[in-house]
Amino acid sequence: MSDMRSLTLISALTLGCATLVALPAIAQNLDAIEKRQELMKENGKAAKAGGAMAKGETEFSAEKANEVFTSMHEIAMDFGNHFPEDSKTGGKTEAAPAIWEKPDAFQAALVKYQNDTQAAIDAAPQDLASFRQQFGMVAQNCKSCHEEFRIDKD
Amino acid sequence: MLDRILTVLFVVILLGAGLVYGLTIPDRLNAAALPDPAMGDAARGETVFWAGGCASCHAPSKAEGDDKLKLGGGDPIRSDFGTFHAPNISPDPDAGIGQWSFVDFANAMKRGVSPDGKHLYPAFPYTSYVKMTDGDLNDLWAFMRTLPKVATTAPANDLAFPFNVRRGIGLWKLAFMDGPGPIIALPEDASEAQKRGRYLVEGPGHCGQCHTPRLLYGAGGLDDAHWLQGAPNPDGEGRIPNITPSEAGIGSWSASDIAYYLESGFTPDFDSVGGSMVDVQENIARLPAADREAIAAYLKVVPAAGGRPGE
Repeated sequence: MSDMRSLTLISALTLGCATLVALPAIAQNLDAIEKRQELMKENGKAAKAGGAMAKGETEFSAEKANEVFTSMHEIAMDFGNHFPEDSKTGGKTEAAPAIWEKPDAFQAALVKYQNDTQAAIDAAPQDLASFRQQFGMVAQNCKSCHEEFRIDKD
Repeated sequence: MLDRILTVLFVVILLGAGLVYGLTIPDRLNAAALPDPAMGDAARGETVFWAGGCASCHAPSKAEGDDKLKLGGGDPIRSDFGTFHAPNISPDPDAGIGQWSFVDFANAMKRGVSPDGKHLYPAFPYTSYVKMTDGDLNDLWAFMRTLPKVATTAPANDLAFPFNVRRGIGLWKLAFMDGPGPIIALPEDASEAQKRGRYLVEGPGHCGQCHTPRLLYGAGGLDDAHWLQGAPNPDGEGRIPNITPSEAGIGSWSASDIAYYLESGFTPDFDSVGGSMVDVQENIARLPAADREAIAAYLKVVPAAGGRPGE
């Protein structure tokens, strides 16, 4: 009987420990959340630099324009890699459930952003007017994606 | 003795029912005081149409361009009370509101009452539209008469008891129906832009419907004491932000930042508009720049407060 009891106790303890170790990993993949938040922050920096030029707050430079689009394009290529199934909640994520519920639509939005940023790099705008046009096209991606795939939690 | 008690009880119930019936009779506008619909200016009405955000609920989901003018009813609106379906308000005589008069339209917009004398659900924001001028309503009506007819009938609402009892909305209106007066008192020397902004935000723009918390655990009218201080997202997860000029709100934005956001969808940090605000921003982007500046001027002078109400 006492053997039986200690066996039960050990099993329970083992199970308990395993659960304790396993739970955070199952519930949330904080690394992925942190990584994509970092990428989006970088994206915001690029957008701000581009926006300041488009608004005429900073002087237009073709080199800077290329930097903005290149940075955005690199982010666009990587961003979709950081939404594993175990990263739906936690870490103040604002990722909407629609990302996992409508993976095709989310993928299509990513591909559009990749294509539009590539097109802007290729267009290589040399003056403010054509930069504004390219930047406007690229920037449309922000809200069309955020309309469905981000939840504002602030 | 028992007879007496029962009789008294019966009379009390009858009186009570009569009282509720009387109190919930739909209230209509004085038709004689409304402007002549022949004087409505459709071109001006288009601006009112975008300010009012009509297409956001009454046009098909994700409609772009001219499809935003096909008002056959939009996406289902899922709420805690059940699912609302915005009706067809195109000029189709059978499926839409083609047989309505201007008086019918004005009663729907400012009283929340349908032509056949039923209460409309306040998911349709008549508690804000009641603040619109009769001239704007007339112009809006003139514009809506020019829109394409859509022949499809929108589905009926699917609401749980007791919310499916329309007469009950009469009681809700008694407690929460707003009047035509402004919500925020502006100083006497307020600029024309601030006053115009107040009109747009409090009236046709109906911004408070999402940005202001509701009384009665979210089922009541707008809690004007927390005007524009943010609220739970009626669409589900997340929050609708505080847009008062406080630290918790958008106090760090300049008036031109606000106007630029409404025009482009970008915050001062070049974060972008998201969620249901995308549609609103794109409607407001169609207004004259002076109207966006007016909205910004008003948002800089509403009482600054708050983080999240109740916290």
